[in-house]
Amino acid sequence: MEDNIIIDLKNISVSFDGQTILNNLNLYIRDKEFITFLGPSGCGKTTTLRIIAGFLEPDSGEIIFDGKKINGVPPHKRQVNTIFQRYALFPHLNVYENIAFGLRLKKANTNEIKQTVDEMLELVNLKGFEKRNVNSLSGGQQQRVAIARALAVKPRVLLLDEPLGALDLKLRKDMQIELKKIQQAMGITFIYVTHDQEEALSMSDTIVVMDNGVIQQIGTPTGIYNEPKNAFVADFIGESNILDGIMRSDFNVEFAGIRSKCVDRGFERNELVDVVIRPEDVDVVPLEQAMLRGQVTSVTFKGVHYEIIVDINGFKWMIQSTDCQNVGDTIGISIKPEEIQIMKKSKYSGMFGDYSSFSEEFDELSQVDEKIEEGAQ
Amino acid sequence: MNRTSRASGMINAPYTTWAMIFIIAPLVMVVYYAFTDRTGKFTFSNIISLNSYLETFLRSILFALIATIICLLIAYPFAYILSKSRANLQRNIILLVMIPMWMNFLIRTYSWITILSNNGIINHFLSHFGIGPLRLINTSGAVILGMVYNFLPYMILPIYSIMSRLDNKLVEAAADLGASSSQVLRKVIFPLSLPGVISGITMVFVPSVSTFYISQKLGGGKMLLIGDSIETQFQSAYNYNLGASLSLVLMVLIIICMAVMNKFADNEGELII
Repeated sequence: MEDNIIIDLKNISVSFDGQTILNNLNLYIRDKEFITFLGPSGCGKTTTLRIIAGFLEPDSGEIIFDGKKINGVPPHKRQVNTIFQRYALFPHLNVYENIAFGLRLKKANTNEIKQTVDEMLELVNLKGFEKRNVNSLSGGQQQRVAIARALAVKPRVLLLDEPLGALDLKLRKDMQIELKKIQQAMGITFIYVTHDQEEALSMSDTIVVMDNGVIQQIGTPTGIYNEPKNAFVADFIGESNILDGIMRSDFNVEFAGIRSKCVDRGFERNELVDVVIRPEDVDVVPLEQAMLRGQVTSVTFKGVHYEIIVDINGFKWMIQSTDCQNVGDTIGISIKPEEIQIMKKSKYSGMFGDYSSFSEEFDELSQVDEKIEEGAQ
Repeated sequence: MNRTSRASGMINAPYTTWAMIFIIAPLVMVVYYAFTDRTGKFTFSNIISLNSYLETFLRSILFALIATIICLLIAYPFAYILSKSRANLQRNIILLVMIPMWMNFLIRTYSWITILSNNGIINHFLSHFGIGPLRLINTSGAVILGMVYNFLPYMILPIYSIMSRLDNKLVEAAADLGASSSQVLRKVIFPLSLPGVISGITMVFVPSVSTFYISQKLGGGKMLLIGDSIETQFQSAYNYNLGASLSLVLMVLIIICMAVMNKFADNEGELII
């Protein structure tokens, strides 16, 4: 990947009705990378996208595109194109004319238009759909038309605003792979917005985790997953047990009443920290070899593994294991030093990472809420 | 037959009866009168004698066309700007547009007489500057003004209703693909608002072409429209046969106009009449 910076956002702040949406955001985006803004609804990710597209002017800060400041440049003069959440296809035009829309505005000649539209239809696997009414297409097909329409005008950067949100799970997975392929084939920058961490992890070169208008962490998918910077990131990306801990010295941490070796250093002696342990990194071991012992309070079968909640001295851990356990049994667990991730305390400490209130139903309910909110925007 | 269809037949019965008595029967009577003479014998003479009304027909259509075009020119930008303004303002303005529709249109037309007449408000005002009196009333302009004034809301409301439902994301998508604001208007907003425009045109043209009172009061009886001629035949000449044949031809003309309109609208989604 080249290291040319195509978009540079400097000190961007936005607020609506006195409510801060983006708070002094700084971010650069490299050319030809697949970057994802990830965060819960209301975190400012869509706002950031709209600023890049030109639909929204920031209250303060600079937007640099390819070395030039583009504040105040209207959307139709920017070399970026957007895939909207609900596609926003033109209902009065057929598939061909939708894709040709941008080309006609550029006064391309008929042959050129036909050639590009054909290319695009091929790219998104919709050959033979030229004459179809866009309203007669399925969600997935409309999505493809939207992609073809945006790519037909050869943007330098494609902005995707939760484009897969309305599709069912199977289709979503297929489209993830396809989008990544298209991005590589076209060799352009994709800026992708989602609240789905799995989508972000599987497609992105870079992930920007946001909350409350502030960037929490920027990194590669593996970097962010393995070394979350704070409790928010640890909880939002995957499942995490987050415990209070004390760094006794470099490579030595105390948590849950035990001392353990770890691989982190550079903390002050006796600094209070957050300790992150991923559920899949916890090993169930015979009681005599255990670092910690606890009672199983619930077991859920997840297909690939069992999700086991274990009560250890009042703190409920989540453990993912391929072996089933019985509810009520006392089991022993052990964690390897390299699986222990130490984070500095942040304002998110203590808010996440305990599975006491954990229930499937609750999780789903809050997701529905999120969808409703998104719809209301 | 099964029970549901019998039940739905029962529910439909009052409406069917209503339609038979008040829609179908009068239409049959119009056709009957149009093709018979005073003694009830079949004849084409009514239709043939319509030749002398050609000028009235043409004038009616011309006036209605002009009124429709003026309504469209006023209503379209009005509805567009209105749909972009604050929700509160939109509600209030729409209320103002609708309030005149709650008042009897005869009264409203009468008030135009007092405004336009030789010693009416306008001429009175102009006389202070030594101008006039201008001949405002009893002109074709006054008749068209009356039509525009009376039927403008019927143009505004359908266009506004489409505009206010227009997905702003489509406007953004067009701008995103390189369309300037005037291109967005031409290539996206206008084509999508066509169903509203077409129902607006229908709702202004049809009553304009068949109106009778406006031309009598504001045109001073000199610019009779087809509606006036029909009224005369029924109310003073008592020639139901000629009146019916005039109505029949007018009806056919209107149906043809609407068919052409609907053909236009066919590709543009549903009509909202």
